[in-house]
Amino acid sequence: MTSPETDERKNRIPPEQIVAVPVRHPGRWVAAAALLVLAAMLVNSLVTNPAWSWDVVWQFLFSDRVLKGLWVTIELTLLAMVIGVVLGIVVAVMRLSRNPIVSTIAWLYAWFFRGTPVLVQVIFWSYIAVLYPTLSLGIPFGPEFVYFDSNLLIPIFAGAVLGFGLNEAAYMSEIVRAGILSVDQGQTEAAEALGMTRLKILRRIVLPQAMRVIIPPTGNETISMLKTTSLASVIAVGDLFTQVQLIYGGNLKYVPLLVVASIWYLVLTSLLSIAQYFIERRYSRGAIPARQGGFLGFGRPKSGLA
Amino acid sequence: MTEPTITPMVKSEGVHKYFGRLEVLKGIDLEVMPGEVMCVIGPSGSGKSTFLRCINHLEKLTAGKLWVDGELVGYRQKGDKLHELRDNEVAAKRREIGMVFQRFNLFPHMTVCENVMEAPIQVKGVAKAKARERALALLERVGLADKPKAYPRELSGGQQQRVAIARALAMDPKLMLFDEPTSALDPELVGEVLAVMRQLAEDGMTMVVVTHEMGFAKEVGDSLVFMDGGVVVEQGSPRDVISNPQHERTKAFLGKVLT
Ligand SMILES: Nc1ncnc2c1ncn2[C@@H]1O[C@H](COP(=O)(O)OP(=O)(O)O)[C@@H](O)[C@H]1O
Ligand SMILES: [Mg+2]
Repeated sequence: MTSPETDERKNRIPPEQIVAVPVRHPGRWVAAAALLVLAAMLVNSLVTNPAWSWDVVWQFLFSDRVLKGLWVTIELTLLAMVIGVVLGIVVAVMRLSRNPIVSTIAWLYAWFFRGTPVLVQVIFWSYIAVLYPTLSLGIPFGPEFVYFDSNLLIPIFAGAVLGFGLNEAAYMSEIVRAGILSVDQGQTEAAEALGMTRLKILRRIVLPQAMRVIIPPTGNETISMLKTTSLASVIAVGDLFTQVQLIYGGNLKYVPLLVVASIWYLVLTSLLSIAQYFIERRYSRGAIPARQGGFLGFGRPKSGLA
Repeated sequence: MTEPTITPMVKSEGVHKYFGRLEVLKGIDLEVMPGEVMCVIGPSGSGKSTFLRCINHLEKLTAGKLWVDGELVGYRQKGDKLHELRDNEVAAKRREIGMVFQRFNLFPHMTVCENVMEAPIQVKGVAKAKARERALALLERVGLADKPKAYPRELSGGQQQRVAIARALAMDPKLMLFDEPTSALDPELVGEVLAVMRQLAEDGMTMVVVTHEMGFAKEVGDSLVFMDGGVVVEQGSPRDVISNPQHERTKAFLGKVLT
């Protein structure tokens, strides 16, 4: 198709790009040089100071006990976050309910679980779990249809999951509530006018849009949870930090074993950051591109001709 | 002459609405017949939007009665007692009433086509393929056949509003409510939206249109209502009301909008 308009566009000379001397930043060079020197000193000390004992770090980094602890930490974090997110959404929705009893219960929940230390809650739930080694889920006073019957480790682990999860739900409920409130009221109205029911509106219209507000702080919460689970070492749940403590309690090599733990925590938080980037991208469907950002700052808008 | 026994599409009897202690609607009596296009004008804050929102029960009446197609809005009459409808019953009633908003309110996380398909699939349980086919036909009807995969933010205001009209039409409403559908648009985009509405009126849709487009009211409207301070000050045929207003308040308002 050739219309006069496209002809004109074809014949147009592209505009000349601006050529200018960019602003110089001497301060940046000085700062960079200073930082480089400091970094070199740090690396030198890390490598040459025998206190770091890198051989010990290597010896334990992939040892069975450390890997087992690592796995417990991952499980603990993921299960607690699942409970936190799911229950957090429920509490947030209850909080926004028109029923005053329901919203008060939700408020009390957040008040209680945010107001008491998480460590207290974790120890409390572990004790409860140990006191009831045969845990049953079922209709109150009726037949029981799920049993957990085991040695002590599983109840302690379950107690820790419950403690961290219930505590997290209180924080997540505030995050989800803020996300829901950030969605324009007009969206709910348009959906109501189309005859959608409240639950459908929440699931199809409001929550997907709230996600953009909910995900970044949830990523922070997950990373924070990963490290908070190290508190569980007081109840000897067998997580990464517990294992590391047990090892250096035996061989007294504190520094290298703390380095081992730190390396693994860093690896996990890095993986979580990458996962967060992809989840955020998924939920920015239809959003303004400038807001979509890039991974590690890549993908920022470029100047000049496209 | 015998009275024709057609049920009005909308019938409003002494409708009052309070927000707390603020009385926004002070007794509205109106009838909209099937196929009629009623335009509503009036200064900002006079209760036009509130009245429109009462019709599909987005707002609860404080007093008075409202019928849509012969059925009470929001209540069921049993003997001489009124019973409030449950949420899902209210939702069911709303399917039959389409609404178009000043600020479009398209779902930004869905494509244009998904916006139009959403309610038929979620509310009526229409199969996906069928809903898509219908959505594409409706998009063609509003002149947007080439945009099904676009996201709302990629469209101009006029295009977004036409998608919003298609979205409402997808539920096969028997009544369409428009709340200042062109007020948020750049002047050069107003025409394309009015053209779609005009076509809809010609196809026989019953419409209640809150608007400041006097040209549209005059040419497309069957009746014109002037509201001020929560009451209907004046109503009649658009030509009469516009060229020969009876009340001072109407004259003053028309003087401002017809400059
Ligand atoms: N949800 C609400 N709560 C309290 N006051 C409201 C609410 N909605 C509207 N109003 C008030 O009701 C009056 C009429 O509003 P509205 O129906 O939007 O007028 P119009 O559409 O004619 O400009 C205004 O004074 C407005 O402030
Ligand atoms: Mg209004």
